[in-house]
Amino acid sequence: MSREAIFGAIRRGLRRGALPDDQAMALRARLSAHPRHLIPARSRVARAEQIALFLRNLEKEFATFRRVSDAAELPEAVATYIAAQNLPPELVIAPHDELRSIPWAARPMLRLREGRAEAADLVSVQHGYVGIAETGTLMLPAAPDRPTTLNLLCDTAIVVLRASRIVGAYEEAWDVLRAERHDELSDGFMPRNVMLVTGPSRSADIESTLELGAHGPRRLHVVLVDDDSSALQS
Amino acid sequence: MLATSPAFKENAAHALADPSLQKALHRTRPQNPAKRAAAVAALPEFEQLRDIGRDIKNHTLANLDFYLETWETNVLKSGGHVHWASTADDARTAVLEICRKAGARTVTKGKSMISEELAINDHLEKHGIEPIETDLGEYILQIRKEPPSHIIGPAFHLNREDWEESFRKVHTHLPADRVFAERKDIMTEARELLRSKFLAADVGITGANFLIAETGSSVIVTNEGNGDLTQTLPRVHIVLASIEKVVPTLEDATSLLRLLARSATGQDFSVYTTFSTGGRRAGDLDGPEEYHVVVVDNGRSAMVGTEFQDMLRCIRCAACMNHCPVYQTVGGHAYGWVYPGPMGSVLTPSLIGVDKAGHLPNASTFCGKCESVCPVKIPLPKMMRHWREREFERHLSPQSVRTNLSLWAFVAQRPALYRLATRIGAKALSLLGRGRGRLASVPFAGGWTGGRDLPVPEGETFFARYARLERSKRS
Ligand code: SF4
Repeated sequence: MSREAIFGAIRRGLRRGALPDDQAMALRARLSAHPRHLIPARSRVARAEQIALFLRNLEKEFATFRRVSDAAELPEAVATYIAAQNLPPELVIAPHDELRSIPWAARPMLRLREGRAEAADLVSVQHGYVGIAETGTLMLPAAPDRPTTLNLLCDTAIVVLRASRIVGAYEEAWDVLRAERHDELSDGFMPRNVMLVTGPSRSADIESTLELGAHGPRRLHVVLVDDDSSALQS
Repeated sequence: MLATSPAFKENAAHALADPSLQKALHRTRPQNPAKRAAAVAALPEFEQLRDIGRDIKNHTLANLDFYLETWETNVLKSGGHVHWASTADDARTAVLEICRKAGARTVTKGKSMISEELAINDHLEKHGIEPIETDLGEYILQIRKEPPSHIIGPAFHLNREDWEESFRKVHTHLPADRVFAERKDIMTEARELLRSKFLAADVGITGANFLIAETGSSVIVTNEGNGDLTQTLPRVHIVLASIEKVVPTLEDATSLLRLLARSATGQDFSVYTTFSTGGRRAGDLDGPEEYHVVVVDNGRSAMVGTEFQDMLRCIRCAACMNHCPVYQTVGGHAYGWVYPGPMGSVLTPSLIGVDKAGHLPNASTFCGKCESVCPVKIPLPKMMRHWREREFERHLSPQSVRTNLSLWAFVAQRPALYRLATRIGAKALSLLGRGRGRLASVPFAGGWTGGRDLPVPEGETFFARYARLERSKRS
């Protein structure tokens, strides 16, 4: 009942009935073309500078990072970071193939559990899907091998990202998602959830003063694997 | 929420005399505009993006029925449920129904202005379901049984003492003599307490900053992460969204997101911008099993096609109130309903009626600052003037105002008489002022000066000065 009333009122306001076919066609064409609008110039720079911009923005937003040249260095990078933060060497890690292929056994002290985060977990390791240089933002689409709770529940969130997955603007990240993902249920590309994460959780609700670590992670640490030769050369 | 908007004048007087509120306002007054200005300065394309934002919203509103239908189709395709609600009552009923079906005992909530508008919490409580606000600001307001005073910093009017006192009063399981050495200690206490609530809740309710027609998604933007915990952990997620939140594509939403955080908090981007599309998919290890959207009209469709349609572009960034001299002097509660500041002065009469909220459009100095910072270029002062006209037409303004305006109109239409009258008036007021810059009271104008001071004229009218200067130029 409400539905008819709402559409009736909108159309009365617009002084027309349902949209004529030709106009609806034009709107459908706009939806399937999903045109980009103005993209700020700041991220349209050479590859190496784009990666540097991503890292600068991460720090601006109170995240930290470590650059490694090879995935084989990841266990050491993670172990060193959590030791420096005085965190226990227990990690809940995304069941993602890229993370599975890392030689974790090189650091036998690290205890890894694959799966979603539970209340007691302190440190998570998430698979970074795409990094967006424009604002130092991580795109983390939900998937069986990328559970959403890993982005949220632990005090410390570690994200492993490959440098070749850094793009300039949000629009480029949407294009990657559109090209790579297929959602069986809707026959579209959107997974249940896509989080764009920019730095650790924070709030300014108490006396308009910024404090880190409101409800989500208190620390966000990115380990960037330099797999992008074009970026390293330039 | 019971509107006290008709009592704006009394509310404002009260606010001016409230030292705790004035302390909070003193803190935020310079801060918010400075943060926005810095973020805007760092993005040279910001002005162009404002035009783009306005155009995206205008395009959507001109085809609102089409985009809502497309959005609905895509929600259903991704396994979600859509509930249409014409009125606040319909929306409350829909939410309660979903909660009951889910067998909910507790419901966690992300910050949502539409939830305040619909008074969802009262309704759930009345029916034995406990709603728990999880945004830090909303959480303390729920404890103190206060309404929000700002659309993005709902508890900015409280000082540290208020937080400590309230937490000591309700968190009785903790040692009474604990010390809050820093603000962070207050936040940590709330974080720990709310964590168990997130995990135990049966239903999570969030608002929506945008709905995306192309994908059937809803978008929330937060810094704390509470909205994400609210929508990820319980078995059922309910989104409350009003009809004007829809935009066509991800690219359209992206352009508006570039404006939102910069205009709101001066951040380049908020910490969590999350797109939700349906419930848990096969193989997913987390996320809600059910995804519902309650789409609310509650007076908005009646604005389409009127001089107030532009107000439906609003993306709720709060820049207008952060820059408003009236808001920055009296705070948000004086406006008496959910939406304060310039955007509230335009929206509130549309939603609860000009008879109840007719005073609000008068709470303006018409300085134009709000329009100049609005990311989607809503002509707020012009629309306040529309409301004043409507208030006048409907004979809602007091008789004294009407008589004086008629008198003014009579004089203004007779130039010689007007010049004479203003000459006498300016001289008289200048004598009355006797060198002071402003007058706290003027004979026969107590109603006007009760709420403000009158700057004293210099004793000469504009016409007289113009003529004098022209003469001196020639000589
Ligand atoms: S009216 Fe404009 S400035 Fe005010 S909240 Fe809405 S979008 Fe922001």
